[in-house]
Amino acid sequence: MALNLKPNLAEGGKRYFVAYAPGDDFYELLINAHRDLSDEQSELLNARLILLLANHIGDISTLREALAIAREGV
Amino acid sequence: MLSTYTYPKYEYRVPPEIATGRTLKAPVVIVGAGPVGLGMALDLDLQGIPVLLLDEDDTVSIGSRGVCYAKRALEILDRYGIGDAVCAKGVSWNVGRTFFRDKEVYNFNLVPEPDHHRPGMVNLQQYYLEEYLVARAATRPGIELRWKNKVVSVTQGGSGATLTVETADGMYSVEADWLIAADGARSPIRRMLGLEVEGKIFMDRFLIADVVMKADFPAERWFWFDPPFHPNQSVLLHKQTDSVFRIDFQLGWDADPEEEKKPENVIPRIKAMLGAMDGKAREFELEWVSVYTFQCRRMAKFNHGRVLFVGDAAHQVSPFGARGANSGLQDADNLGWKLKLVIDGKAPASLLDSYSEERVYAADENLMNSTRSTDFITPKSRVSRTFRNAILSLAKDHAFGRSLVNSGRLSVPSFLVDSSLNTADTESFTGRMLPGAPLDDAPVEKGGAPGWLLQSTGNRFQLMLFVDNPAAVDVAALSALDFDGIRVEPLIVARRAGSADSLACVHDVRGVAFTRYDAQPGTAYLIRPDQHVVARWRRFDKAQLRAAVTRACGRS
Repeated sequence: MALNLKPNLAEGGKRYFVAYAPGDDFYELLINAHRDLSDEQSELLNARLILLLANHIGDISTLREALAIAREGV
Repeated sequence: MLSTYTYPKYEYRVPPEIATGRTLKAPVVIVGAGPVGLGMALDLDLQGIPVLLLDEDDTVSIGSRGVCYAKRALEILDRYGIGDAVCAKGVSWNVGRTFFRDKEVYNFNLVPEPDHHRPGMVNLQQYYLEEYLVARAATRPGIELRWKNKVVSVTQGGSGATLTVETADGMYSVEADWLIAADGARSPIRRMLGLEVEGKIFMDRFLIADVVMKADFPAERWFWFDPPFHPNQSVLLHKQTDSVFRIDFQLGWDADPEEEKKPENVIPRIKAMLGAMDGKAREFELEWVSVYTFQCRRMAKFNHGRVLFVGDAAHQVSPFGARGANSGLQDADNLGWKLKLVIDGKAPASLLDSYSEERVYAADENLMNSTRSTDFITPKSRVSRTFRNAILSLAKDHAFGRSLVNSGRLSVPSFLVDSSLNTADTESFTGRMLPGAPLDDAPVEKGGAPGWLLQSTGNRFQLMLFVDNPAAVDVAALSALDFDGIRVEPLIVARRAGSADSLACVHDVRGVAFTRYDAQPGTAYLIRPDQHVVARWRRFDKAQLRAAVTRACGRS
């Protein structure tokens, strides 16, 4: 499964009238999840989140590709 | 400072009530002649309601203030008769560039959606918009505009509101059956009535400058995150009319507004910005400078008995996304026809609850979008900044990253899908013209002349009936659609050229209307006076129409 780099966020059953809505929905959720956490707690949250999502994706070649792109830009 | 614009000074006249000592009685008084109050007056005028409009000043907005008028606002301004003037004077822009630190991350070209009369937005200084609205209002005998008339007290009773108005020549009283407060974010009317507005203040300050560029400069929107010439903050450059550019510098909460406003402090900032753009020395002059903070808040409801709140008086958002004047004009759009029905006794006063419901829903959407933009542009925590910067670093190469960059989302109208005035679909439709949707435009011909679908709508209830051959329409069945005093005017949208006897008829020359409304011959839409869908059916049925009209007027 090749890594999808196109906009791909959506919530089942929700109707969107503008293209940016699902991405902005997600970003708000993400930032809210960190609300009131210390930097250290945020770092831990991020690590746990990556592990959860990686397991959900499952396909290691996809994860390898994502890791490479993430690393490139750092 | 330079001046590309001469501020009009509108004439104050001594109110006759000063000499007579009489109390002025008016069916509707609007307080505040900004874009929203003026729009409200024009909307009620279209409904045939005489309006007294009071303003404590005698000119238009000082400085550009609102600069971006989005498509729905332009369509409303078309109804008010000044859409052409605003679009002719305004600047269209399509190219936006986004920078992160010293690099352009990406650019976009907002090609206008084809087959709409109006573009996604035009940029125009607010004073021009107000000037055109005032000029239009002056041509309407039903609108009386009183400058330098300041409301100093207000009380509300069961059948109206009583105002005390102060002028240079003394005070007088006004008894209004209905009072509309369009008196801005600090709304004195709201304060005098002891009503609350809830929300939060953002701890940030922005320097805002109108700059006249002496040389050619692209009509583009440039947005910088964390640029070298203004580290850790954001900067926006936006084109307006008359070679005037609007520049916004994020300053942070600790900045001293009085210091920052001084030309000797503003000019170096602008020079540094221009130098970073392409290194060319550009001559410019300052026209207007201000420092602002903003709040994101709204009243719990916008109707309080005989007093109705519109625009910033009812709700305030951050400026990212141009949702102030745009949403205020949509308040006026929503309220005008409802107030008319209530005044005429054709709808219960509770119809005005739907004004509040629908516009609170829209205000919440605007608050959500502008708060999201604010949180992206000015991250509030370290992790939030890291995510923001990570998105910007991914945006250059990856489409999903670009979709997450939020430097302000263009104001689009709410789809009022949850409104109690709608009648739910019972048949299958695709597309987005569902009950509660603002109408999509389409190119049509009327009597052989090219025009637009929206030009044939507005100000009254309409039954939009899609047909193949207009000559075959059963005119008798459609000619007297009157439901206890509410007339529904048919509008035939035909695939073929021709006419339908005396009925209004447009020719869907390229089939765009049929497609956008997912129409088949026989499909019928009930349209509100504010150009929103109420209900739709595959076949016109008078009993169903009656039920939908009844519901749309809050009679059930």
